[in-house]
Amino acid sequence: MSREVTYRVGLIGPEDLVARHPALRREITVQVHDLDADPWPVDAALRWVGREVPRVDGEAKVTGAARYTYDVHPHGLAFAGVLGSPHAHARVVAVDDAAARAVPGVLAVRTFAGRRVTYAGQIVAAVCAENPRALDDALAALRVEFEPLPAAVTTEDALAPDAPRVEPGRTEGNLHAPPEPGNRAAVDEAFAAAPVRVAAEYRTSVQTHSCLEPHGCVAQVHPDGTATVWASTQATSFFARGRFSRELGVPEARVRTLTEHMGGGFGSKFGALEWDVIAAGFARETGRPVQLMLPRRLEHLLGGNRPDSIQRLELAGTADGVFLGLKGETFGTAGNGPGGAGAANHSVYRIPALWMRQSEVATFTARGAAFRAPRHPQGFFALESLIDLYAARLGADPLEVRRRNDPHPVRQAQWELGAERFGWAAARARRDAGPLRRGAGCAAARWLNAGRPPWQVDLTVRADAGVLVANAAQDIGTGMKTVLAAVVAEELGIEPGRVQVRLGDTRDPAGPGSGGSTTTASLAPAAREAALRAREALAARLAEHWGVPAAEVRSPAGGFEGPEGRRASFAEACRLIGDEEVRVQGTRRPNWAGPFGETAGCQFAEVEVDTETGVVRVLRVVAVHDAGRVLNPLTARSQVNGGVLQGISYALYEEKRLDRALGDMVNPTLDTYRILGLADCPRVEVLLTSLEAGFNNCGAMGLGEPATVPTAAAVANAVFHALGVQVRELPMTPARVLAALEEAPR
Amino acid sequence: MAEDPSVPPARGITRRALFQGAGAAAAARALLGATPAGAEEGPAATPWRTQGPGAVDVALRVNGAERTLRVEPRVTLLEALRLDLDLTGAKPVCDRSQCGACTVWLDGRTVHACSVLAVEAEGREVTTVEGLGQPGRLHPVQRAFVEEDALQCGFCTPGLVMSVAWAVAQHGPGLSEAQVRRACAGNLCRCGTYPHVLKAALKAAGQGG
Ligand code: FES
Ligand code: FES
Repeated sequence: MSREVTYRVGLIGPEDLVARHPALRREITVQVHDLDADPWPVDAALRWVGREVPRVDGEAKVTGAARYTYDVHPHGLAFAGVLGSPHAHARVVAVDDAAARAVPGVLAVRTFAGRRVTYAGQIVAAVCAENPRALDDALAALRVEFEPLPAAVTTEDALAPDAPRVEPGRTEGNLHAPPEPGNRAAVDEAFAAAPVRVAAEYRTSVQTHSCLEPHGCVAQVHPDGTATVWASTQATSFFARGRFSRELGVPEARVRTLTEHMGGGFGSKFGALEWDVIAAGFARETGRPVQLMLPRRLEHLLGGNRPDSIQRLELAGTADGVFLGLKGETFGTAGNGPGGAGAANHSVYRIPALWMRQSEVATFTARGAAFRAPRHPQGFFALESLIDLYAARLGADPLEVRRRNDPHPVRQAQWELGAERFGWAAARARRDAGPLRRGAGCAAARWLNAGRPPWQVDLTVRADAGVLVANAAQDIGTGMKTVLAAVVAEELGIEPGRVQVRLGDTRDPAGPGSGGSTTTASLAPAAREAALRAREALAARLAEHWGVPAAEVRSPAGGFEGPEGRRASFAEACRLIGDEEVRVQGTRRPNWAGPFGETAGCQFAEVEVDTETGVVRVLRVVAVHDAGRVLNPLTARSQVNGGVLQGISYALYEEKRLDRALGDMVNPTLDTYRILGLADCPRVEVLLTSLEAGFNNCGAMGLGEPATVPTAAAVANAVFHALGVQVRELPMTPARVLAALEEAPR
Repeated sequence: MAEDPSVPPARGITRRALFQGAGAAAAARALLGATPAGAEEGPAATPWRTQGPGAVDVALRVNGAERTLRVEPRVTLLEALRLDLDLTGAKPVCDRSQCGACTVWLDGRTVHACSVLAVEAEGREVTTVEGLGQPGRLHPVQRAFVEEDALQCGFCTPGLVMSVAWAVAQHGPGLSEAQVRRACAGNLCRCGTYPHVLKAALKAAGQGG
């Protein structure tokens, strides 16, 4: 079932880096499935893959022609919305909906009397109406009687011994602590013997995803017992599962889910959520297509949170910069259920003695959700800050300390490249006398994924040489449609413009959810295999047409050759299809063992801090990343920009602030919950160290998440360098900067 | 106060329009059916008109075409464009003039369509992203956005295109980076397209967009 292929893998570019690091290229042997395409060697001459192919849906997006879920308006559309609890903890005693039902244009009302709400914003009633104004009027006319109950909305308040409990009977209160790791004594011993120890506590705040397109869907039940749902989701293939299709009253297999374009998810838009299920119920009840999109306030409250963190860490090392051990105790809240609130803060460097306990704390706040590189930005902020504290103690260059302890061969090359392009030595040597202080910092990135099975991609070719590639996965803005077009064009030897890619339609084979930076690396290899199948199918038709054995038809790039000088272009071969179509499928095969391991990256930031106002400005960032083989540098750079800018926004601005007594969010708008704007945007230089990673037939790995892992840490280290004192809580607001300066020794 | 020509006017309601009584405050009062006391005597005061609360006819000129709608006076321009005219390029994101995703032009100036009433746009020229250019015949700014990949999820993109196109129209080939930053200061993008937006804006301006 498989064949052995030996090929060269490793660093594709930039060239001078390749020349300096010969060890980053090597030969490996892999078992390639018989039906799979041969992997491209590191020096393969490719025409489209690895080139800057503009987004295939770019024109649709810049002209407003692209239809997002919010833009779908089937005939007879009704509008649904929900009313959220203003209390973090309360019993819904009664809901009087008489006035709401009396509003002209109201079609249906649902209420949740008797419910115990455990976070502000939790749904207590919902309305479906003819138009958005009737909906607003009816929501405003609902009268809800609450019996407020005591709540604890911050991690610290929820840890207090007498704190009200999110799960009433739970004896451990709100703390969800894993068993203590058993090696404490050994780690303590290593610490006792260590010449240098540094310890500090770092904190991060809850960040909301703030997708511009809010969560929601449009659901429609058809008279023939089928249903259509347009969903703003990162998992089109799985959206209609379970409760959603049950509420629709239509079996999942008869629900068609569509996500042609999607306005941002960042981890918060996987399955159908409570309001989606409510929309499904209204669609069944009213027989009308129903749109339910969250308004901004509820989007902030319910749409998802990156858990906060309190991280108490201690690092031990030698006097010359070698790490000996790390101890840490962390707490974080992912809202009213535990899960995902740990901090990834010990995963990059060689650390021989490690003791780490990560606890989660339930609070009376809305659910946490995966958020671009879950657990990583918070964990990296703390550990990378502590490393700079250690380096400062030694009087050492923090970059050199990192390089001494970094086992990853690719990141070693990246540190070197980034430091050069950033001008690290000069930036660190700078000393400012006035109130404006500049500083430079750096931090590492990592990620894990090279995609995975079991997905299938359909490919159809017709007589007019038009190619259609299809899978139900969604392009959430990464540019996956464009990458699949380029991969298929490469394999078929045609222009990407000839390849249409249809994504986000469950009539096509199921695809992965967009999580873990896996989607492109999961589907591109399957698309390539599908294109290989199409090439073979066309060759077979040509063989028949020419009357020669199939084995004698070869298909070099862009065409076909047979014995005795016979030739056919791709288009000529396609004409043989006639009225039929060539319909083939490619499968995502299991990964091989790529020799370089995880995805690597690192970032460098320069900041300017105004010591009189406490305002931090990021002046420039140099971001060095691989993504396995970079399939499209243009869209890849966009993704890295996005990761960096979200990271800066996280470092400086974003904080979901809760009223500690009432539990409601006090800044649920886009002017009070600030995200980075163009005026704040620094110069970002993206350096892609493309790497044929040896995991799959495209060499691809993930990129969306690693790009945001190190940014806040690099910015914080730059602030430390500028001020000589650390700001240990994110976001580094002017108040926190000034407070840190107050405490600094002069 | 001297007006800095590189600063775009406040979106939705200009200060002058507010004093003239043609802004949203006036419209809101019209909505309540209140008769204004002591009609504002600003220069060229707009006469008061009470409309609503029921639906009224509104004649709009959108992307060069005359369109007559029947809408409640409280319907925003954004809702009218999206639901009545099916022009869904302008996006609803914050509904409160905080994000710029709904940016359109009113008489050639950028406004937040979420914060302008449809009745306020009567008799004025509305240009949406669809009116700027279409697939196959893109406006130079739209073309530069595609070439420089100044979009990811694309939800902010129509608004950014309109703000950039305004800046390009305003400043021409001499458009500076600082002017782009100011013109787009009210346009939020969660995906982080800003660096490519800057490149696209300067490219389009340089090409005489
Ligand atoms: S929706 Fe109009 S400015 Fe945000
Ligand atoms: S491209 Fe997604 S919000 Fe700007």
